[in-house]
Order: sequence, then structure tokens, then C-alpha cells
Amino acid sequence: MNVDSLYQEIILDHYKHPHGAGLREPFEAEVHHVNPTCGDEITLRVHLDGETVSDVSYAAQGCSISQASVSVLNDLIIGKSVDEGMAVLDTFTELMQGKGKVEPDEDVLEDGIAFAGVAQFPARVKCALLGWMAWKDAVSQALVTNNASTPSASTTGDPA
Amino acid sequence: MTVVEGTTTYDVARIRGDFPILGRRLSGDLPLVYLDSANTSQKPRQVIDAIDDHYRHHNANVARAMHQLGAEASEAFELGRDKVAAFIGAPSRDEVVYTKNASEALNLVARVLGDAGRVGAGDEVVITEMEHHSNIVPWQQLTQRTGATLRWFGVTDEGRLDLDDINTLITERTKVVSLTWVSNMLGTINPLDVVIAKAHAVGALVVVDASQAVPQIPVDVAALGADFVAFTGHKLVGPTGIGVLWGRYDLLAELPPFLGGGEMIETVTMQGSTYAAPPSRFEAGTPPIAESVGIGAAVDYLSSIGMAEIAAHEQTITAYALGAMQEIDGLTVIGPKEAVDRGGAISFTLDGVHPHDVSQLLDSRGVAVRAGHHCAKPLHLRFGVQSTTRASFYLYTTEQEIDALVEALHHTKKYFGA
Repeated sequence: MNVDSLYQEIILDHYKHPHGAGLREPFEAEVHHVNPTCGDEITLRVHLDGETVSDVSYAAQGCSISQASVSVLNDLIIGKSVDEGMAVLDTFTELMQGKGKVEPDEDVLEDGIAFAGVAQFPARVKCALLGWMAWKDAVSQALVTNNASTPSASTTGDPA
Repeated sequence: MTVVEGTTTYDVARIRGDFPILGRRLSGDLPLVYLDSANTSQKPRQVIDAIDDHYRHHNANVARAMHQLGAEASEAFELGRDKVAAFIGAPSRDEVVYTKNASEALNLVARVLGDAGRVGAGDEVVITEMEHHSNIVPWQQLTQRTGATLRWFGVTDEGRLDLDDINTLITERTKVVSLTWVSNMLGTINPLDVVIAKAHAVGALVVVDASQAVPQIPVDVAALGADFVAFTGHKLVGPTGIGVLWGRYDLLAELPPFLGGGEMIETVTMQGSTYAAPPSRFEAGTPPIAESVGIGAAVDYLSSIGMAEIAAHEQTITAYALGAMQEIDGLTVIGPKEAVDRGGAISFTLDGVHPHDVSQLLDSRGVAVRAGHHCAKPLHLRFGVQSTTRASFYLYTTEQEIDALVEALHHTKKYFGA
């Protein structure tokens, strides 16, 4: 396995110049996720405007893969609907868990296709997914918060 | 407890010939440079063959099979215990309790001391900031369970145990002092004699985590004077799945069992059970039989070279590595910077490159190290770092391997433009 397939230029660029880093307001949910095996950490906030993810802000400490991954997430998710964002998450997760056998879809993942090489390094897959799992958790909590504060949501009795 | 001064007295190349894995080529046909022995050591063919021979010719369960194989397996299992007892200078073989690893050994002590009422509300347990999580969490659990208080020795900027407040930390309220002999992150060798003397003066028990010590330095538990000593087989060229708790016999004899099950009983009725004498009392269920054969072969192997000689080599190679690594711009060693009272583990940071990325780049050059918090998060916090990269050495490590590490670190810096 060539380490250059792991450390693509795009990844190193995102690592050195992360997009959308820092914690911002407003937000409906904030989560803190840790990779217990290595200690990498992320605090991530989600701000929803109706069904639209209008901001994902974060403070993270970790390796180049985990940092670049959340930077790419920031690019990909902001401005999308929650459902669209979840679909991107699924595509990215499928790529990461594909052991290098899944062809990345550039239309969906854009810079995220640079992570295709990570899938060949099982120890690093968790690094790439740290920010994405945090986002999934945060957006789920934000939806609950928004539903609870929206009268129409409570009257429909939708358990989701 | 003093490490032998001097240079390597044995032929390292010949020793390396005993370890089949050291001849492995990695992807890209690179030779393996294994610098992760504090994590787990490699195994010589003498150990591999002993385990193989046991399974091929003598395998049976122990102590309960009346047939010939049962007798052979029981004898081989107990012979392993004899060898371990002799290796660590235990006054009696019955003081050697087998566990599955050092973590279980430390958990065993913490659990049964609580069950015996030796630690209760208002009492204090003292540990240190440089402990592995295995010697932190069981004491947190014990003190939470009993209402006792957990107190901590600090660590100096140099990475030594801070003994300044020993008189206020260890008091008549102290029931247990538990500390590591050799730090798995800093490499520091602790002055156990000072701590043991103080603890015993106030009537406290002393537990020593010797996971990194028994593989590297000559150990004589009788001379040491601690009450319990824990270590593991896989770090001393033995197999995984077997750890050791050594305990003073009079103490073991008055402590209650840990896990319940087969082998740890005297008799069982529907009304209740009575328990076997140590060490069986603490060894419920089928024990690590082939692993006992393996650890016995491992201590035979180490003894054939000599622990004083292994310690001298460890010190020589560590001094060489400390010198070579600290010439790299941007590399900071966390822990003692000279090979004095120091084991063969060197943790470091490299400016501008995360430890994971360091270890990945080193791996691409065939150099195996560990990156992360090394199960010592409080200690990393103490030094203001989230994680470090750790290179660790053993009896088979060569200066050429250190050179390969240094070369790969230069490559890493260039790769990340650091």
C-alpha cells in the first residue's frame, strides 16, 4: 500500500487550511465525540434553518485525516437539506467501509473522493469518520430540538 | 533496582536469529524495523516451539483429568509457574497467581482489597499521574464503591515522580499505594524503595505495576519489599493471554476470592462454598495452560541471556536513540532526556505533524511505532499534549534500526513540509 494514496494533496490542503473551522452561533445542537483508541476529539455544532443545514461549525484536535475529513464535510453539507446531507453521509460511509473496492462518486463527494485511499488503511477509517459521526449525532439532536419548539410538530404527533 | 551500566555484552545479531518475525519483509519489500516492544514484544522460536509442542503432544485440561495427557498437561502448567516464581525471586511458587493480563491482576487486587474491607469510607488510596489506565481505573472504581478517596502523586517537568509532597500524600489514612515501576510513556524508572518505605511506615499496602519492568530489568520481589506486583507475559517475549499477580503469601491467604468458578473452590454445596488456598483461590475456570508453558519458555529464554545483560543493552540502545532523535529539529522528547533511571520507551512530538501521521509515514518506511495516548491520558494532559509517538526497544533492537527511525522521521518532516 502506497502511503501517497492515503495522503492525497487535497487532504493535505484541507488539513493545512481547514474550511469553516471554529465554533459559531447560532446552533441547535452541540456534540463532543472522541475516538477512544487514539484520543482524537471534535466538538461540533449544527444550525438548522427549517430543513436546511445552514451551518456546521467545529473545533477539532486530531490527525490530518480526521481534520481534513471534517473540513470536506463542512464544504459538502452546508446549504443542503438534512435528507440530502444524510445521503452524502451514507455515500461517504460506504466509500470508507468499502476496503478500497468502492468507486467514489465525484458528483456527490467532490473533494471527498480523495478519501478513497483511506479505505485501504483500516486503522484510519475511524479517523475519517469521526467528524461525520459527530455531524450525524448533532443533526439528530437538532431535529429533536426543533420539533420540540415547533407547535405544528407536536400536534402532528410524529414520533420521529 | 539499579540498571547495570555499560554496553551490550551479547551478540544482538544472533539473538535476532531466534525471532522469526524480525526477518519479515513488509509491503514494498521493506525490512521490518520493530520499535513497538513496550506495546508487545516479539516471540523467539523457543517460545513458539514450546507452545506448539504442548498442543501437538501434551494437550489436556489440568488438575481434573486422570489420564496420562492430563498428568502431562498439569505438570507442564505448574512447571511454568515454578519458572516464573524463580525468575522474579518469589519466596514461594504459591505466590504466583495467573491472570489473563496485567490489567486483570491489578483489577483483582483492587477488587479483593475492597471486598476484604481493607479500603473503606474515609480511607485513602494513592496512585500517580504517570499510571497506565490499568492502574487508574480499578482504583477509581474501588474508591467510588467504598467511599474512599483517591489521591495522586504528580510528575515533574522532567518526567520524574514528584516526591516533594510524599509526607502529606501518604498518611495514616492511606491504605494502598499503587504505582508503576517503569512508565510506559515516559520510560521513567521510579524510586520504589522510597515510596515502599514511606507506605509501610504508615501501614499501607504497596501494589507495583511492573508490566514494563519485568521484561527489562532484573526483578527480585522478595528484595523489592512490595506487597503485590503485577505484570504480563506478552511483553517479556511470552504469549498473550497470561498475566501474573505476585502477592505476599500471608496476604493472599487472608483475602477473599476474585472470580467464582471451577478450580477456585475447596467444596461447593447448595448452601455455600469454601475456597481453595492461593494461588488456586484466584484462578477460576480453565487456566491459560499453553500460555503457562509459553511464559515458562520465555523466562528461560531471557534468563539464558541474563536480565542484567538485557538491561545493559536496553540502556545502551536508549542512550543512542535519545542522542540521535534529539538532533532532529522540532522533535521534543516527553520524559527524561538522558538514559539515567530510564527504560527503553521514548515518547515524542514532532512540530507540525500529528502523531498518527508520524506513525503512518514511519510505517510506510517499515518502521513500526505506536501513536496515541498510550493508555495514559492524565499523563499526556500533564504535558499538555493530546497524543505522542512512542518508539520502544528491547533485547533485539539494533543501532541500525534507530538510524532507520531517524531517517524515516526526516522523511516524515519533509513529506508534511514541517
